[in-house]
Formats: sequence, C-alpha cells, structure tokens
Amino acid sequence: MRIGLIIAFFALVALLAIGLTRNPREVPSPLIGKPAPAFELPRLGQPARFSPAEMRGKVWLLNVWASWCVSCRDEHPVLVEFSRTRRVPLIGLNYKDPSEDALKWLARYGDPYDFSVVDANGRIGIDYGVYGVPETYLIDRGGVIRYKQIGPVTPELMAQKILPLIQELER
Amino acid sequence: MNRLLCLLAALLLPLGLQAREAPPVAADEAVEQRLVKIAEELRCLVCQNESLAASRADLALDLKREVRAMIKAGRTDAEIRDFMVKRYGDFVLYRPPLKESTLLLWLGPFALLLAGFAVLAIFVRRRRAAKATILSAEDERRADALLKGSEHP
Amino acid sequence: MIAELGHFCLILALCVALAQGLLPLAGAVRGNARWIAFARPAAAAQFVLVALAFIALAWSFAQNDFSVAYVAQHSNTKLPLAYRLSAVWGGHEGSLLLWILLLAGWTLAVALASGPLPEAMVGRTIGVLGLVAVGFHAFILFTSNPFERLLQVPAEGRDLNPLLQDPGLIFHPPMLYMGYVGFSVAFALAIAALASGRLDAAWARWSRPWTTAAWVFLTLGIALGSYWAYYELGWGGWWFWDPVENASFMPWLIGTALIHSLAVTEKRGVLKNWTLLLAITAFSLSLLGTFLVRSGVLTSVHAFATDPRRGIFILLLLVLVIGASLVLFAVRAPRVASGGAFDLVSRETFLLANNVLLTVACATVFLGTLYPLAVDALGMGKISVGPPYFNAVFGPLMVPLLFLVALGPHAAWRSASLAELLARSRVAFAFAVIGGLALPFALGGFSPLVALGLFLVLWIIACTFLQVRSRVALRGGAPALLRQPAGYWGMHLAHLGLAVCVFGVVVSKGYETEKEVRMAQGDTLAIGGYSLRLVGMREAPGPNYSAVVGAVELSRDGKLLKVLRPEKRTYFSSQMPMTEAAIDPGLTRDIYVSIGEPLGGGAWSVRVYYKPFIVWIWGGALLMALGGLLALSDRRYRRGRATAQAAAMQGAKA
Repeated sequence: MRIGLIIAFFALVALLAIGLTRNPREVPSPLIGKPAPAFELPRLGQPARFSPAEMRGKVWLLNVWASWCVSCRDEHPVLVEFSRTRRVPLIGLNYKDPSEDALKWLARYGDPYDFSVVDANGRIGIDYGVYGVPETYLIDRGGVIRYKQIGPVTPELMAQKILPLIQELER
Repeated sequence: MNRLLCLLAALLLPLGLQAREAPPVAADEAVEQRLVKIAEELRCLVCQNESLAASRADLALDLKREVRAMIKAGRTDAEIRDFMVKRYGDFVLYRPPLKESTLLLWLGPFALLLAGFAVLAIFVRRRRAAKATILSAEDERRADALLKGSEHP
Repeated sequence: MIAELGHFCLILALCVALAQGLLPLAGAVRGNARWIAFARPAAAAQFVLVALAFIALAWSFAQNDFSVAYVAQHSNTKLPLAYRLSAVWGGHEGSLLLWILLLAGWTLAVALASGPLPEAMVGRTIGVLGLVAVGFHAFILFTSNPFERLLQVPAEGRDLNPLLQDPGLIFHPPMLYMGYVGFSVAFALAIAALASGRLDAAWARWSRPWTTAAWVFLTLGIALGSYWAYYELGWGGWWFWDPVENASFMPWLIGTALIHSLAVTEKRGVLKNWTLLLAITAFSLSLLGTFLVRSGVLTSVHAFATDPRRGIFILLLLVLVIGASLVLFAVRAPRVASGGAFDLVSRETFLLANNVLLTVACATVFLGTLYPLAVDALGMGKISVGPPYFNAVFGPLMVPLLFLVALGPHAAWRSASLAELLARSRVAFAFAVIGGLALPFALGGFSPLVALGLFLVLWIIACTFLQVRSRVALRGGAPALLRQPAGYWGMHLAHLGLAVCVFGVVVSKGYETEKEVRMAQGDTLAIGGYSLRLVGMREAPGPNYSAVVGAVELSRDGKLLKVLRPEKRTYFSSQMPMTEAAIDPGLTRDIYVSIGEPLGGGAWSVRVYYKPFIVWIWGGALLMALGGLLALSDRRYRRGRATAQAAAMQGAKA
C-alpha cells in the first residue's frame, strides 16, 4: 500500500517528464495514410486550374502558405533551397490571401513553387485540416498523404525527415 | 406633394427607429442555437483552450460558417462531429469519445467511488469491532494538558 | 541599483532559508535547544529579506525601470500606477516572488503564533518550511530571476497583458496564493509530526486552524478568479474547467476533505494516517498546480510564458518535496490503527464518506486534467478533455456529497441512532421534496435536473435549521445559542454557503437567457421582463487604450433603472481588442451586456444575458469563507497560550 503510493507518484513524475518533451499544441493529422482531399482551384497568377488528381504517379509536396503568415518567412529560404534541387514538385496552397499580396510576396522573396493555387476563403484548408500556417503535406504516387509538417520546415527537418521519406516513396 | 411625403418620412424615420426591436444577428435563430450547442463541445484549434463557440479566431469563424452550412444542409450532429474529427482528429472533441484509450477516463471516477466506499465499509467494520483504546484517551488528555496548560503530562 | 539590492536580498534569503531548514531540524534530532531556537529569528529574517526583494521589484515597476527585463516585459509608462504595482505578479518571475513572499509570511505567522507547541515541534515545522523555501529560492534565482537587467534599455515597456489590466489582478492572485501556500503549514506540521513520531491530538488540534485559514484564502481566491472571468471574458461563463482552474480546485477539494478528517482525528484519534496523507496531498497538489501552470505541459488560457528549463526544475522540486514526504510517510506512519471505536451510523462515518467523495472528486479532476497528457505520452494520439466531460462526471459525484452534508451534523459522535436520524430529518426531507418539485415552476419551468438541485439545496437548509433548533431545545433555550462554540456556527455557515452556491449554479444555468442582436442607435431589446435601449455609442480615450463605449438604458415597466456602459477597448501596445462587459448585478438576476463587432451602418452586434441568481454562486463562496473565519475565531484554538508554553517546556524537560 505504502510502496504503491510511492510507485504511483514516480509514475506520475515520469508522465510529467515525458509531457515536458511534448508540444501540447501540436495535433497529429488524422489525414496521414488517407487520400489527399480532392479540389479544383485556380492557379495563382495563371489562368489554368489545378486538381491533385493531375499529380497521380508522382510524389509531391503541398505547402500551405500566405503572405500574412510570419513564420512562412522563416521557412521560405528552406523551400527556395529545396526547389533548386528539383527533387519533387512543390505546389503552394495560397491560403486566405489576396492574390495581389501573394504575388508581391513571391516577387520579393522568390518563388520556390512550381505554381501555387488560390484558396481564397480557406475552404480547402479546412478539408486538409489546416490550422497553423505554414503546413506541408507529402503526398505519394497513389495520392495518399504520407507526412504532414505543422509549422515551418527547418533545414534539419528537410534533411532528416522529408528527403529520406521522398526517397523511400520514390523507390 | 412628393416633398411633403419626404419631409414626413424624414420626421417619422427616427421615431420609427426608436421603437424598433433589435433583430437577432443570426439570420436563422434555430440554426444558431444548434450551432452554439455543437460548437460548445468542439475545441478551437488555434486558441489556448477555448471552445469553438467562444472563440473569435479566424479559423474558428470559418469553421462555424462551415458548421452552419452543414446544419442548413440538414446534417445530423453526429455527421458534423465526424466531419471535424476526420480533419482534426479526436483532439477537437471536448467530450472524448468512449473508446479503448479513454475507458479509464470515463469509468475511472465511478470505479474509484466504488473502491472508496468499499474501503470505507471495511474500515468502519473494523472500527466497530475495535474497543476504544487506552492510548487514545491518554492522547486526548495530553493534548488537553498542552493546550490548557492545566498540568503537564 | 535597487534591482541589484533586491537580487542580493534574495540570495541572502536563500542562505537564511538553508540555515532555517537545516539547523532547527538537526537541533530537534540531536536535542540541541539552541539550534532549535534558531528557527524563529531565521523565519523573521527570511520574511524581512524576501519583503525587501519584493519591494525592490515593486519599486522598479513604480519607477518604470525598463532596464529590468521583467519590468520591460510586463509594464508600460502609460499603465496606471495601481496596475504597474500589481503587474509585479502579472508574469511568471514576479508571481513566483509573490509565492515566496507569502511562504515567508506564513512561516513568520507560525513563528509568532506557535506558543502552545513544544519547541522541538516548532523547530521542525519551521525547518520544513525553510527547506521548501530553499527549493523555491533556488528556482527563482537559477531559472526565473525577476531582477535580470537588459543590456539595451528599451525606451518603453511591452505592457501588461490587457486581460490582466483589471482590479481582479490586484486581489485574485494574492488571495489564491495565500491559499496555495497556506497548505504548506499543514504540510510542515504533518512532516514534523511524522518525523518526531508524535502524532497526538495536539498535532491535529494545532493543524486545524492553519488548514482552515489556508482554505478560507483559497476559497476566496477561487471565487474572485471565477467572478473575474465572469465579467472579463465577455461571454458570461464563470467556470471553464481549464487546467489552471483545475489546478486551484484540486487543492481546494483535498483541503476541504482535510478540514473534515482533522476534525475526526482531533476529536477521536482515528484516521491519523489518512489525515497525514491528505495534509501532504493538499500541498503536493499546490506544487503540482505550479508545475502545470509554469511548465507548458498543458495549454490553458491562463498559462505563463514557458520555458522547458523551468519545467524540469519544478519537476525536480516536486520529486524532492513530495517524494521525500511520501517516503517519510511510508517509513514513519504508524502501522497500527489507533483511536476510538465508532458505529456504522455515527458522525465519524459521515465525515469519512465526505472524505471519500471529496477525494474521488479531486481524483476525477486530476484524471480529466492529466489524461490528455497521459494519452499523448503513451503515444495513443491527442485528445481533449473539456467541460462536457467534467460536467458529466463531476455532477453525479456532488449529489451524494450534498445529500450527506445535510445529515452529517445531525449524527452524534461514536454512535448515532439511525431511527432517530430518520425521524429528525423526515420533515426536512418532505419539505425539500415538495420545494424541489414546486420551485422550478415558480422560476420558469420544470426540469428534472433543476428540481434535483433545488431539492438538495432545500434539504441542506432545512436540515441545518432543524439541527440548530434541536440543539437549542437540548441545551436549554435561546440563550444556549450564544454559548455554542464559534466552530459550530462556522460549520453551519459554511454548509449553508455551499447550498447558496449550488442554488446559484443550478438556477442561473437552468434559466439563463441569451440574445445576440444587431443594435443601432435607438433599438430596443426585451429580455427577462426588462427592456434595453441603445442610446448611442461614443469614442472614449483611456489611459493606455482607446475605447468605444455604448450607453444602454436598462428599464422595467417603462421606468429607467440604470444606464449600462459596455466597452470595447483597443490597447495601444498590443492592438488587442478587448470587450468590457457592463453588468447590472442584482440579488435575483444579473443583466449582462457586451458589445461585439461593428456590423456596418452604425449597428453593432450586442450580446445580452439574463442570468437569474448568478451572484449567489459567489455569495455562497463568500459565506463558506466566512464560515471558515468564524471557525477560526473559536476560543479553543487560543486557550491559555502562555501557560501552555510553560507546561510544554516543563514537559520537554521532564
């Protein structure tokens, strides 16, 4: 009984210690392993439209961004760097952003995207469970979401997580 | 004549306004009531622990608009909750669903209550059997002595 | 310079705390009276040093010394002086300093008021408090120094969070912390009793007033916080089951259990181990609350800005303080149950049932608060546990508790007659059933849950009344009432307070109405028999914000009662929009008006609530606290201090 009390307390401490290493605000996406929701949206600054179905057979990245999003600036150089390698297509989902602002932003900081699509009212964002821009989805050849990054992509994350995963998916 | 009417209207307008009963913000109050009821049990994702109903965050407003649309489209509460869970996971539900991982959460309090009263019953039975010990009487006397200062033990 | 002095005082206070913690404890073990005698002066020195540090920080705020990082982050030259001063505890570092100041204050109180206790016990108690203080001093000095300077001094401070710029900040945290920290005394007494092996009635009797005092503060602190949330957050809620609220509620529940179990332990000598454990748990939960609020493991509306280093440090502190006390408990707590026998139907059993219910209630809050963390830590995904869960689970636990609260005082110690108990409460039961069924119709419609709640309320009130009446009859008429000890009245007042609080909860929840309307100048709105009319909106500058203030006339039957002025503020520093609700409070109802967004064309969205009897919630809490105060004033706790001390000294020598 008494020993049980002490064991219970230390179990609680262990739990709290693990808790310290977690981010309580990060919500894992239930979409992982599920087909990427379909949509058809106009491309940013182009007359054509885009639907994820066009990417069948390809591994690709979908990056949710906006000109008003502060941490998008932080991840931007990483994406620009990535786009130079032309490893896989990188498509932007411009989220709740006036197109003029978005184009200006790309002109100013560089455009790493093959192209971006315009989600003006955030409706598609909801289907993808977007809640903290920027977010990045890795989608496989069969159109299934394999990985989701919430928040900026860092160089470490790119090197240690995303690139190896791309390699694996392309095999 | 026309002028006169205009003048009359201009005079009457403020009076008319004054007597006006303020209309509800929501176009359809029944929809709004259901929305609040559903949204109170959903968690706002971008806030620090607020319900969707209470939050004024951008995403929360978007999601409420979405829920409103679903209510108007005749979806059931369960379907609407399912829509949210499919996108954001169980995290959005303030009332965690009963499943294996939440069994302890839902049954724990009642199990504890049963256990507590079981322990209580055992304890009371033992106490009933116990004779008043001399030790406690001695204890009481000593405490009284200390506090009253009438005598030292 | 002032900041450095404050910092220096804190370092000195740490040294004093070390001595205060080690010397008297060593003295008590080795029987060295001179070392023990060090406890009281050390406690005094400790308090003076921490108070000086606190004043130094307050001074830096008053002087707008933005070279101090903490001041720069939490203040602003435009902030009114009252808020600049309460901003001292508006952030993590300063609120920790407040915590330490109050700990030193409680320790000083123990040093000054510990006459009747044996010196060795006093030494041990103050020693334990000293050791706790060492932990917190180390925490503040190594991870959260409020006196840290900035190399580049900003011209202007960042300003205090607008949500905190409210009179609530002046009173709520100090009250709450007084409660939290106050449980350290009961804790230290328990540890001292365990260490010395003297688990006598003197220990229990002595723990009672300290526990009650801490409980009174915690009750007031929680009630103030709840009222603050009610008028500040703008949607009329008063309890959100937020992790931080739960963190304050858990020690309250266990503290309440402790008050009752101490009564049993003192009067009958039973349940010593359980009481010890509760005393340890109440303070442990205060510490756990500190961890939850300051480490960032849970998201909360109220949490401080976090830093994982701090989390690790507090966790370490938890391990040391709680772990060591539990080990001490395991080794030293008596293995043989002691104390008098009692029957199944007796005051003892009722108090035990109270303890079971309160402990399970606390465990439920604990489970709900930490479950998401556990699920996440075990890699089973992320879940949220919110108000729907707590309301669903907590309510059923409160029903038996409220039922038994009414009966407990009727039962005699040792053995009560069930038949007599039933006979005495029969009238009350009938009254409560009829009232519970009828009253909802008078209030605006029947609902089974409201009826159940009202039944319980009336049941407590009726039973209390009958108990007092029978006591009068037994002890010889009305004059006997005056001769009853203050503790007796305190108990009844606290129980009635609980009933009043439950009444407020049940009725306000059951019959509130809410309207969200579009209002332009001159528009009217009818709610709960009242009529509201928007007279106009105007811009009004504040000291550090700009505001739009509405003027809303509240009238009934064509008679103007009051002009309510809800505001919408935008603070310069953060550009954060804040709604300041306008409330017409009343004994039977609150009218609550808050402004939402402008809707164009001069119209605004306006939310209006009619909340019947809602102030009874806080009124009930106030009555509970007054009951506690009344119990504290009981003569028994102060009897013959000087002579008792002499006796104790002689006893120690003998």
